[in-house]
This record gives sequence, structure tokens and C-alpha cells, in this order.
Amino acid sequence: MTADAPVVRAVNLVKIYQTGGLPVPAVRGVDLTVEAGEFVAVMGPSGSGKSTLVHMLGGLDTRTSGEIWLDGRRADTLSESGWAVLRREKIGFVFQFFNLVANMTVADNVELPALLGGVSPRQARERREYLLGELGLADRAEASPAQLSGGEQQRVALARALANQPRLLLADEPTGNLDSRNTRDVLRLLGKVHGQGQTIVLVTHDARVASMADRVVSLLDGQIVDDGAIPKSRRRPLGAAGDVVELRS
Amino acid sequence: MRQSLLALLAKEPAHGYELKQALETIFGDAYPSPNIGQIYVTLGRLEKDGYVRSVDVEQANRPNKKVYYITATGREALETWVEEPTEGPRVRDEFFMKLVLAPMTGLSDRMALVNRQRRHYLALMRDLRELAERTDPANRVALLLIEGAMLHLQADLDWLERCQEDLP
Repeated sequence: MTADAPVVRAVNLVKIYQTGGLPVPAVRGVDLTVEAGEFVAVMGPSGSGKSTLVHMLGGLDTRTSGEIWLDGRRADTLSESGWAVLRREKIGFVFQFFNLVANMTVADNVELPALLGGVSPRQARERREYLLGELGLADRAEASPAQLSGGEQQRVALARALANQPRLLLADEPTGNLDSRNTRDVLRLLGKVHGQGQTIVLVTHDARVASMADRVVSLLDGQIVDDGAIPKSRRRPLGAAGDVVELRS
Repeated sequence: MRQSLLALLAKEPAHGYELKQALETIFGDAYPSPNIGQIYVTLGRLEKDGYVRSVDVEQANRPNKKVYYITATGREALETWVEEPTEGPRVRDEFFMKLVLAPMTGLSDRMALVNRQRRHYLALMRDLRELAERTDPANRVALLLIEGAMLHLQADLDWLERCQEDLP
């Protein structure tokens, strides 16, 4: 809870699934620290443990061993209801699947976390209008989730995750169902909130999304094999003399 | 370059500098800005091959300028080029050479090579994204060119991942 504590600190985090037969290690001893305001992209082949890792960081999957500290507080020892409170107060989550409340409008889905977080109805509404506007969904506010396309639902889920201005945004393939244009809206919003200091840990295959991050963590077989900043490219600045594309000469 | 100049001249006669400007306007910042010297060299070759001809146009208070126009032979060559299928891209990846050969020499290990390359690709992707943001949204051609480069880069990253999984 101290001001300078990292937002996320995982120590020797392990997850072993056992469904019937042999135990299957999904995450094998991950150490990860994310400071306030950092944007970390988690990459790696499918089955490398990326989703399991962020699910554990959000308390949606229990760890087998190791420690999770969020905002300076030990979290892996919390009960399920303890996690629920922590998530409501500090964590925004975007999944590959959307989990919108089916019998509530888009607007209510987005406002709910902010209202639960204790902000006034007016603030919740303004935040919702801002987020849906940024994601090109202003005119869908009164729709129900079932009336939306997959891509629209995914963007609503992102708006909901950001409604509460959470200490930590966790996202698992947040652009998985989006076409180019919708991906661009999501990227722009992620860039904006990151610019405003939002801490983000995001699993993605999409290099456009990953390239927004300050830092990339690569997983392979449940272990971190690379963790470091995305460098400045050594190429001369683009825009004056682009050499991005080599057309046949 | 030959074909793009021929195509521009099939639209209307032009001098070298106008051709350079036309290429820049159409393709935007993602296109490697053509060197004016290279354009004149190419025009010279096209003229020698009989695909274009030039006339000197007098200008008041300035040296004459050379205006190029396409010939019937040039138009035929252009038609052939447009109608034949275009070769797909070939994988000719310098990094893959490094990845396969460098560990054999003991110079580097594959994990380090792949990790460094991944970060480099992401840096390139960031450049492309920023270039797309700066590009006029009305310029569909330039944006599609950038999107094409992004899709190729994504494929390179996916391939890198496969290499990391499958090469010991």
C-alpha cells in the first residue's frame, strides 16, 4: 500500500494443473515486478503459460506456490471474497471472452464497476460516455450485449475494465476478435490511458498491441525467457524518407 | 521503378521531377522516396529500349525541360506487366541464417538471438504504428502499404516464436 511499492510483484510463482492423470506445470517459477505506470506486454506461444499467469495475478486462478503482491499487499493468501474485494477496488480485467451482464444495457455494464467502486452516478456516467466515445460505441450505449457483435462486446469489456480507473489493468488478448479499425480504436485508448499513468499488463499475440508497451516479457514453457524494454529502433526517423517498404525496383 | 514510371507516363506525359512527385504523393511516407538521379537513369534506359520518347519543351527564362511520353511498344510492355501474375514474396531471411548458423560457431545462443530479434521487430512495429498515425486518413494507398508491412512483420514474429519453440 506504500506509494513506491510496485503495482505487481510475483515471486517464484508456480501453477500446476492436475486434471485426472499426470500433473501439468503451466507456470514454472515466474518472478515479475511491474512498477506503477508501466505497460508490460506478455508474449509467447500458446501453452506457454501467459493466460495462466495473468489469471493468477488477478486472483482468477489460484497459484500452486509462490507469492503475489499487489500494490504492496500480499494477495495470494486472500480468500475468494478477499480477492473479489481487491479486484473491485484495484483491478480492471479484459478477457478473450467478455462476461458482460446479459440483462443490462451496455451503459449499465460499463458504469457498474465505477458505481461499485463508490463514485457518484454523474461521474460514472461521464466516464462511461468518455470511454464508449473513444471506442466508437457512443451510439450503442442503450443496446443489450446480445445485440452487439463480438468485436463490439470486446470493446465494451475494455470500457468496463477501465471505468473504475483501476490501479492495474489486466488484459488477455484484448484485440482477439477485432478487425483493423476497431483494433486501432483500442490501441488509441490504451495509449491514452497509459499516458495518463495507467499500469497495464497485457497478454497478446498481436504485435501492434505489444508494440504499445514499454516492456515485453516472453514466456516459453511456463518460464520467462526474456524481460526487457522495447528499444528505440536504430533506423532513421520515419516519415521523411520512409524505408519501411521495399517495392520492387 | 521501370514499370511504375511507365504506368505514370501511360496516364500523361511528364518530366522527371513530376514523376518523382507523383510517386511520393500516391504512396506517401511509407514509400522509399525515389532518388531523382535514379529516375533519370531509368527514363534513359526506357528511352534506349524504345518504351518512351522525350521532347524538349522550351520554357521562358529557364532551361528547356525534357518531357517524356510512352510509345506503343512501351504500352505493350506495360500491358504484359499488368496482366502477368506477380511473384509472391520469397522467404530470404538473413536473421534465419544467423539463427541456424551462429550457434554452430559458438558465437551466440539461439535464445539470446531470438529475444533480441523480437524486441527489434516490436520496435519496428512501433515505428510503423506511429507512421500510420501520422498518415492522412484519406490516403488509402499509403495506409494499405503500411498495413501490408505490419502484416508481414506479424508473420515474422510468429515465425520467430515457432523457431524458439522448435530449434533446440
